[in-house]
Amino acid sequence: MITIFGIPGPLLFGQLLLGLINGAFYAMLSLGLAIIFGMLNIINFAHGALFMMGAFVAWMLLNYLGIGYFPALILAPVIVGIFGLICEKTIISPLYKLDHLYGLLLTFGMALVIEGLFRNAYGSSGMPYRIPDVFQGATDLGFMFLPNYRGWVVIAALIVCLATWAIIEKTFIGARLRAATENAPLVQAFGVNVPRLITLTYGAGVALAAFAGVLAAPIYSVNPNMGSNFIITVFAVVVIGGMGSILGSIVTGFALGVIEGLTKVFYPQGSATVIFLVMVIVLIVRPRGLFGKAA
Amino acid sequence: MQLSRRALVGGAALATIPLIRPRAQGQPGVKIGVLTDMSGTYANTTGMTSVVCTKQALEDFGVSGKGFTAEVIYADHQNKPDIGVSIARRWFDQDGVDVIVDVPTSSVALAVQGVCREKNKVYINSGAASAALTGVDCSPNMVHWTYDTYMLAKSTGGGMVKTGGDSWFFITADYAFGHQLQKDTTAFVTGEKGKVLGSVAYPFPGTTDFSSFLVQAQASRAKVLGLASAGTDTVNQIKQANEFGLTQTMKLAALLMTIGDVHALGLATAHGLNLTESFYWDLNDRTRAFTDRVKGKVAGNWPNMIHAGCYSGTLHYLKTVADMGAAKAKADGRATIARMKAMPVDDDCFGKTTIREDGRHLVPAYLFEVKQPSESKGPWDYYKLVHTTPADEAARPLADGHCPFVHV
Repeated sequence: MITIFGIPGPLLFGQLLLGLINGAFYAMLSLGLAIIFGMLNIINFAHGALFMMGAFVAWMLLNYLGIGYFPALILAPVIVGIFGLICEKTIISPLYKLDHLYGLLLTFGMALVIEGLFRNAYGSSGMPYRIPDVFQGATDLGFMFLPNYRGWVVIAALIVCLATWAIIEKTFIGARLRAATENAPLVQAFGVNVPRLITLTYGAGVALAAFAGVLAAPIYSVNPNMGSNFIITVFAVVVIGGMGSILGSIVTGFALGVIEGLTKVFYPQGSATVIFLVMVIVLIVRPRGLFGKAA
Repeated sequence: MQLSRRALVGGAALATIPLIRPRAQGQPGVKIGVLTDMSGTYANTTGMTSVVCTKQALEDFGVSGKGFTAEVIYADHQNKPDIGVSIARRWFDQDGVDVIVDVPTSSVALAVQGVCREKNKVYINSGAASAALTGVDCSPNMVHWTYDTYMLAKSTGGGMVKTGGDSWFFITADYAFGHQLQKDTTAFVTGEKGKVLGSVAYPFPGTTDFSSFLVQAQASRAKVLGLASAGTDTVNQIKQANEFGLTQTMKLAALLMTIGDVHALGLATAHGLNLTESFYWDLNDRTRAFTDRVKGKVAGNWPNMIHAGCYSGTLHYLKTVADMGAAKAKADGRATIARMKAMPVDDDCFGKTTIREDGRHLVPAYLFEVKQPSESKGPWDYYKLVHTTPADEAARPLADGHCPFVHV
């Protein structure tokens, strides 16, 4: 058997793959954050709570209405996205004129309120959500045992990430959106309804978080704290990738998942810290992040 | 209407006179404070159900006519020692609390231990795991009611080796509690001629994905996977172990888990799992009767051993107060605990039991296996009994605890 740095090859390949799977979640969440920050200049601390809401809405659809996983994959992001739209319209939009910090504090407060409400209603132990029947079981890849559902998560995440990137970078709507970020008054002068565009962008970012939440529901326990576990790491990913960079957040998300996965083999205790170590190094060497544009 | 200045001044002066309310004469009262986790990881394992069970003890005891009154208050310590300590101090200094009940999370439990001792109050701990509470950090003001790390390690570790699980791999929460649990369990596994093939410590808190560690455990080819963790971490590990097919080749031993966690996982995922509790609602007629009295009072949560401990401990405290007189019990917490140790304990949750000199309440430990979905006959019918460790064997031998005030 091949060994790499004293670790059997198969184990290492397995860990690389697992890292990629975690990276998929990082990528999806940081993508939503990057869009919201890039377009709205809001540091959305409620992102973790909205991710949790996605998972909970999927659970509620199943338990109260009998709606299964695949419809929930579409419905939950729509429902949570609408919730996001309402929040943006009513409480977030008045803060655009103020410093970033106000938006950060507001969304942080929103996260605490949302999590608190869910904790009150459903307790903290979490709710079970079954893996859909199609993805039950696992495939033996030779070097590891890959649960089918995890394979699906990577594929779904990749598709959604690439589609989002393509919409923003390659389509007419994306072009308007980018223009609105660069110079809102000018774009508005051309007859584009910029406030509506911004509201919809926030909704889309939130829907991405909820989509990740539905994907996560069968893997993690659906509990009120599931978002807060992720959010700090995801912010580190966004900072490393470059605040507001779409491609940066996708690539960095996957890459850091892999780095974290490898740390779990060589020095497990450090696996929670390694991402922040990378963040410190990147901030020293390239303060704008790996993919951030120069000012 | 014109208000004269004199009337105004007079009225203001009158308002500063404190309202004198007649107090109910004659009946002294004891105040019981449930200090617990109302919002965090352990909110289901302890939390509101602990409060409900403590109140149930008052109801079952029937305070009226016993010559004293009793009331229950509660607070959320948020699993933070500083918050726990400041609540305990406020309760003792300002609110007239006489006894603190529950206190999950070992770090908070140990901090509150000091306050209760200093203020000479009564401390009935049901929620915390650390065996140090009756060991080097023991106190003459405390009874550790329900379980400790030693009991869990002996029952689950020793019990599983006896039934064939002789090689182990640990996934351990990287903090004092996790390491203690792994160390204690390792001692019992090797003591029964079992082997530990490896272990991995994961960062706590904040780890949600355990797949890497599970794959490492799988590669070790051990027969048993020991989970030295608690709360949602354990729930996530079991969920993911199932997903990676570990449950087909390994037996899972959750070293600290209660019935609420099994409920959260669902039997389809949790079946086959081994865990230890000192109480289960379906053990006998008395436990069933107790559960019938409390189960509807908190939505979606039936009592586990910790909740049962809050009930049992409070009930025994009330009996002791009735025995020695409320005035005397309120004045001296140490004397109350000494009296509690001298009196035999008997209630619906744990039956007839005793409290040892070092403050350990001696209860049997039950090693359970979680049922297959097909074996479960009704709601919360989750456990089948595998092995019972008798009460005197489930607690660490007195001499090994090194409690300063115990002389053996």
